[in-house]
Amino acid sequence: MNIKTLQQNLLKFQSVIALLLMCIFLTLMTDRFLTPENGWNIMRQISVNLIISVGVTLVILTAGIDLSVGSVLALCGAVTAGMLKFGAEFTDANVYIGFTLFGAIVGGVAIGAFLGCFNGIAITRFHIPPFVATLAMLTIARGLTMLWTGGFPITGFEANMAFIGTGWLLGIPVPVWISAAVVAAAVILTKKTRLGRHIYAVGGNEKAAELSGLNVKRIKVIVYSIAGALAALGGIIVTSRLDSAQPNAGMGMELDAIAAVVIGGTSLSGGKGTIMGTVQGALIIGVLNNGLVLLNVSPFWQQVVKGLVILLAVAIDRMNTRKE
Amino acid sequence: MEINVKPDIPVIEVRNISKEFSGNYALTDVSIKLYPGKVNAIVGENGAGKSTLMKIISGVYTGYEGTVIYEGKEVTFSTPAEAQNMGIAIIHQELNLVSNMTVAENIFLGREPLNRLGMVDYRKMNEKTREVIARLHLNVDPETPVYQLRTAQQQLIEIARALLLESKVLIMDEPTSSLSGNEIDLLFSIISNLKEKGVAVVYISHKLDELFRIADNFTVLRDGKVTGSKEMSELIMRDDIIRMMVGRDILIRNRKEPETDGQRKELLKVTNLSLRNPELPSMFLVNNVSFTLSKGEILGVSGLMGAGRTEMLEALFGLHNEYVSGEIEIEGRPVIIRSISDAIRAGMALVPEDRQLQGLILELNVAENTTLASLMKVLSFGFIDRKKETEMCKRFKEKLNIRLASYGQTVETLSGGNQQKVVISKWLASNPKILLLDEPTRGVDIGAKQELYEIIEELAAEGMGIILVSSELPEILSLSDRILVFSASRLTATLKKGDADEEVIMKAATANISYAP
Repeated sequence: MNIKTLQQNLLKFQSVIALLLMCIFLTLMTDRFLTPENGWNIMRQISVNLIISVGVTLVILTAGIDLSVGSVLALCGAVTAGMLKFGAEFTDANVYIGFTLFGAIVGGVAIGAFLGCFNGIAITRFHIPPFVATLAMLTIARGLTMLWTGGFPITGFEANMAFIGTGWLLGIPVPVWISAAVVAAAVILTKKTRLGRHIYAVGGNEKAAELSGLNVKRIKVIVYSIAGALAALGGIIVTSRLDSAQPNAGMGMELDAIAAVVIGGTSLSGGKGTIMGTVQGALIIGVLNNGLVLLNVSPFWQQVVKGLVILLAVAIDRMNTRKE
Repeated sequence: MEINVKPDIPVIEVRNISKEFSGNYALTDVSIKLYPGKVNAIVGENGAGKSTLMKIISGVYTGYEGTVIYEGKEVTFSTPAEAQNMGIAIIHQELNLVSNMTVAENIFLGREPLNRLGMVDYRKMNEKTREVIARLHLNVDPETPVYQLRTAQQQLIEIARALLLESKVLIMDEPTSSLSGNEIDLLFSIISNLKEKGVAVVYISHKLDELFRIADNFTVLRDGKVTGSKEMSELIMRDDIIRMMVGRDILIRNRKEPETDGQRKELLKVTNLSLRNPELPSMFLVNNVSFTLSKGEILGVSGLMGAGRTEMLEALFGLHNEYVSGEIEIEGRPVIIRSISDAIRAGMALVPEDRQLQGLILELNVAENTTLASLMKVLSFGFIDRKKETEMCKRFKEKLNIRLASYGQTVETLSGGNQQKVVISKWLASNPKILLLDEPTRGVDIGAKQELYEIIEELAAEGMGIILVSSELPEILSLSDRILVFSASRLTATLKKGDADEEVIMKAATANISYAP
């Protein structure tokens, strides 16, 4: 192997290398990093961000953006919590509907998909730029969460609910199973299906995609719906883990998700990027968060460092693409 | 501005320039002299290195081997602005205008005149703009936003901007690519004007006819090397230049008359097709057009820029649905086309005008682009089957002779001709009956052009009906069985092969145009 191909390979696996370097550094600097407990801890912490980031990756691949996932997460977590705890009561008709755990989860995810679909329709039918449409949804969904919860947490669910966020299955935390399943499904979607191919085409060149007979609007609506549904799934896990639906859950999470996608090498202008890249991005952010805590870095500095890492990652990525 | 002209001393001399892009040499040991008061033409196929050379001279590229001598001194420009300040202006091939800004703002972008308060002096700016665009016979208000102008008018704005610089060297990279006959005449008279003033005009073009009209000398580039450099004279033959460009002889052949067994089967019948302008619904982009297309026929469509040719294809293909009216019959049956997917289902395919902006997904690879419009044909159990996909690509690679390293190569890295073949593959994969081609050979080099002609003829021989829109008359004349001519949104002539020549077509193409603004 000559130096040039070695160089190219190094650049290709830059995020893996960065991740390894971080892990080595943290292993040397603290004795608490390289322990099984801490490992599972990190995995569990990133699983929610990873699930959301997968949806955001699909959106960004179509050259869109979704800022609403944090609020959608909160609203759907709260709705699921409410359904589970109080059911739905219609006093006029004297009807009460109780929900099983499964029913409440399906309901929460469906509402997430609906909110995403709403985003998609605003963007495609009413030509509202994705940034604006999802920014509006960020506010709307947060407001609805406050209305639904009255501003107070909803707490105390049946025992099975806690299993989703805190349980273990075959020695692996349940949220990690869920995120792995989401990642696997998304990898197949992007690599193996028509819809996946169409997502890349729409992001790469919308005009050419349209002229090739693709239903660009429908593809976008589907992608935003998936992002909404996955945000809802993340909300349910958060609610389960805390045994409480917090009205201000998920605040700022859209930014962590976008950061994971961007660090993972997905281009904000669409058409370029992979789910596995996002997985690496989410891992880098997770290890970084964890490491900064272990190193006793003040929370204020943690944010500064995180921002600098995003800049660095994207700068390296830009340099690579420009070289090509 | 008068320039002190010493016509025998080159104003720019380029000595032994080489330029490398990641291992490939775009230019190798190129030496050229450019003289003041002359039109110095530079010709060559796409990718021959013309634009690279110009970008070195105008300060866009900084890393290169060799020297540039300007007015007797060795220079190295580090930015385009530096070259511009020293008197070297360039009109790029692509339009570089800010579409929301006005004509005057665009022309003065970066050197806005200021008044005493340090604010932009709009009065002066508009006045000077009026002056310079009047020279170009461009009759628009300086305060019109550029996006409201036609492409040809935008190109004239680009030229006006360079004229205002009053530079000593003016590089024009394919300036006529979207101009019509009258506008080209005007540009050429302006060029002669500049020549008299002693400006060194560097004229880059594909179109050899233009060379014979205005060039004083020419240099031919091929694969980054100079293959010939001569004074223009009557002794120079068109074929000589072509040989220098491609390294072999190329002839535009006359298409063999397809064997017609009496009557050919009618494939497409279009009656009263109209397309209203989405921005001005009282105006028509396509006005009441009727024609037919038979199986195996190549129907050429000629006309000036903006005559409605592209719009006619788009209307057929289901774009702008709500603004389209008229009846379409395919193989005797009326069809209703409300969307692009309806058009595809009815058996149509459109190879659009701009393959990079409308035809290809540049980030995706050859295989992914090829199967984009017919992915359902390469599915197994609902998933994309790479083997089937590769088989499909292989079929078209062989049929169309596409040159590529692998199917996994991004289309960005292919040459123009091969990119166009990928777009055609994409549509052949959907098995169309009717192929709509919009300027299929634009920006493609001569060798690839020839191949595309052969492909078009072969497809027609297989029974496909082809509508070929082209601005190149020789192409239309040699390929078409019949020719439609458009002018100002209307169909002004339907000519049989034998009845058509350049003169007849140009007359029909300029019918019912009043040259008022």
